[in-house]
Amino acid sequence: MPVRKMPSFYRPLLTLAFFLSVLFSNSGTQAQEATAGLPRPWQINMQETVTSFGREMSAFHHNLLLLVTVICLFVAVLLLIVIFRFREKKHPVPSKTTHHTGLEIAWTIIPVLILVAISVPSFRLLRDQLTIPKADIVVKATGYSWYWGYEYPSDQGGFKFDSIMVPEENLKPGDLRLLTVDNEMVVPVNKVVKLQTTSADVIHSWAVPAFGLKIDAIPGRLNEMWFKAEREGVYYGQCSELCGNGHAFMPIVVRVVNEAAYTAWLDDAKKKYALNSSPMNIASTR
Amino acid sequence: MDQVTPTLTAPAPHHSDHPGFWRRWFLSTNHKDIGTLYLIFAFCAGLVGGGLSIVMRMELMHPGLQYFSNAQAFNVFVTAHGLIMVFFMVMPALIGGFGNWFVPLMVGAPDMAFPRLNNISFWLTVAGYALLVLSLFSEGAPNSNGFGGGWTVYPPLSVTGHPGPALDFAILGLHLVGIGSILGAINFITTILNMRAPGMTLHNMPLFAWAMLVTSFLLLLSLPVLAGAITMLLTDRNFGTTFFDPSGGGDPVLYQHLFWFFGHPEVYIMILPAFGIVSHIISTASRKPIFGYLGMAYAMVSIGVVGFVVWAHHMYTVGLSLQTQAYFVFATMVIAVPTGIKIFSWIATMWGGSIRFTAAMHWAIGFIFLFTVGGVTGVILANAGVDRYMHDTYYVVAHFHYVLSLGAVFIIFGAMYYWFPKMTGYMMPEWIGKLHFWIAFIGANVLFFPMHFLGLAGMPRRYADYPEAFSGWNFVSSIGSYMFAVGVFVFIFGVIYAFVKKVPAPNNPWGEGATTLEWTLSSPPPFHQFEILPRVLPNGEIVTASAEK
Repeated sequence: MPVRKMPSFYRPLLTLAFFLSVLFSNSGTQAQEATAGLPRPWQINMQETVTSFGREMSAFHHNLLLLVTVICLFVAVLLLIVIFRFREKKHPVPSKTTHHTGLEIAWTIIPVLILVAISVPSFRLLRDQLTIPKADIVVKATGYSWYWGYEYPSDQGGFKFDSIMVPEENLKPGDLRLLTVDNEMVVPVNKVVKLQTTSADVIHSWAVPAFGLKIDAIPGRLNEMWFKAEREGVYYGQCSELCGNGHAFMPIVVRVVNEAAYTAWLDDAKKKYALNSSPMNIASTR
Repeated sequence: MDQVTPTLTAPAPHHSDHPGFWRRWFLSTNHKDIGTLYLIFAFCAGLVGGGLSIVMRMELMHPGLQYFSNAQAFNVFVTAHGLIMVFFMVMPALIGGFGNWFVPLMVGAPDMAFPRLNNISFWLTVAGYALLVLSLFSEGAPNSNGFGGGWTVYPPLSVTGHPGPALDFAILGLHLVGIGSILGAINFITTILNMRAPGMTLHNMPLFAWAMLVTSFLLLLSLPVLAGAITMLLTDRNFGTTFFDPSGGGDPVLYQHLFWFFGHPEVYIMILPAFGIVSHIISTASRKPIFGYLGMAYAMVSIGVVGFVVWAHHMYTVGLSLQTQAYFVFATMVIAVPTGIKIFSWIATMWGGSIRFTAAMHWAIGFIFLFTVGGVTGVILANAGVDRYMHDTYYVVAHFHYVLSLGAVFIIFGAMYYWFPKMTGYMMPEWIGKLHFWIAFIGANVLFFPMHFLGLAGMPRRYADYPEAFSGWNFVSSIGSYMFAVGVFVFIFGVIYAFVKKVPAPNNPWGEGATTLEWTLSSPPPFHQFEILPRVLPNGEIVTASAEK
């Protein structure tokens, strides 16, 4: 029965497949080392992540990508073998084999084992993402059609402001079309930020790929996620739940700064946004 | 169950007469004619839905708005493309078209169990489509036409965001096509359970019949949930209820649970019939019986069962608890096991065979590889931790187009090339199907593979305009969509060519590998077949009555 000959056929090819997939998945990360927080032209892999669970997610995805590349190449190789070895001209008399218990058990059990192996790091990642540590600051993001509003509770000075995309005609040199906003959300580096999201109208979704973070803003609900950005910089994201005409035009921009700059920004922001707000006591449960 | 005596009395002679044009095509009770109507309808709707996607790709070829005056109009195209392709192209083609044509032929039945119900199913689908098209031309969001909230129709965007009547038309259209599908499902279940040829047990009926049986149960159980959800939406919109409105105690997330309780089985509704057809194409071309028949049948059953308990993997970002997400991660990954069984059983069927590379076989082999690619990205997306990054990005678009556009649609074309001689009585030259395949295979990969990169780079779905960094792969993707469209014209050319040349097809053009009952009939089959039922002997041999009309 020809099936038993398979291993000798595909083992060298499998090694090659593994090698290729390593090459493939590395080329993306090398290309994007310059800056985090932005998509780059012709990028083929995830954005570089700057949070602990973001890195864990990237690494997990990297391994999954290797695994699925090997699986796809394995199937492709089997198909190629079948196509070349069992074409009508080369193999005029078909076999009548329709059962092979060992084989059938193998291709049931092995995928189960692979999936169990996947689930272990998957559940760990999930727990790390969804277990919110003690927060240093809390920020509430509210989705509007079509911009974001941010509120900093009274322990940060108690103010709120809107963050609206800068239209194309008002862009300054260095600004990014569809990504730059007038007022950025600012947080200190290496601090646990608890982010709460809700919406004033339809469902929006707050996402920053470099944080590995996406959380829907749903009217009538207050969702929570967290992040601890470990590198200063500007991180861009875009609304990720279809919300109407302006869906593509309500970016998210988070500026991560050092402690001193954050304190200075808080002082400025308190004055600048004073007119917007009466004192709030949201999110006093930090 | 297996000792079903055919209680249908032989029809009176005048029933065999061909009715006139009006009665034959508009009041049809013949499963083959209704199947043909479904296929023609699905093809026309597919041209519309595909045309919408070409316009979308033209818009996305370069950053900035070129063809649309505003993003809402683009959203309307996205929504209509999704709804038309799901409800009015893939489902009518695979279930109404090939299901109607070949389930009765394969199980040795003279027709479907309820021929008039069958006719109603078809015309409800057409009426539903008419309402959906009407919705495109009536006001949705203020000052714009059509509904632009996506095929998932999430509230509140579908309530407060679209006050005009566009979505009301679309909801009523979905109701009609849903009723049509439920009636069709009842018809298939009854036909398959009660009208198999004497001696044909469930465990030796063709895999396409198995696929349609499972699909029908999925339709029967999931569509009423969709109907409930969109009815609640309708009353929220028009009669002041607040099922999904938090200001009245409702919750938008409830809608998402209801929708995806339907929506996830729906994706298996679209792919299971294709699974069945692939098995027949491969077994025929390899001149070998299907490998692991029972495993194949019960893999489909388990995909159907497990498919009902994984819905919330579409909702990882709505704020589900850790435990809930963990459950849905694992349940979702379980589906990979029966799917893997099917992939490997198809390869094992070919292994040791004597394969003739017909046009249909090209599509089937292409399907296996591309469905594997779409399947493994599904395993990646199943992990909530990673999906938090991928959710609502182009990665998801790439994933579901690999399983549906390159899966279900490839097999719709594969089935056309496989059954074209049987349905029309004419041969189509094999090179046409092969040329179409290579154009579509290359085109679809150029179209959809770069979407993985876009999603990983972070590009969200349903965007009419995007930052310049995404422009490279979007350009490539658009080129691919034009290639795929060229392939469709090759198909149209092939059909016209076959009808002009009229090369008559033999009963069985595919040789000894084609063992199912439809190949024992003439091409095209008589207007009423199996007036004397065929019998399946315990050894699997089929005895047909020679007296066919």
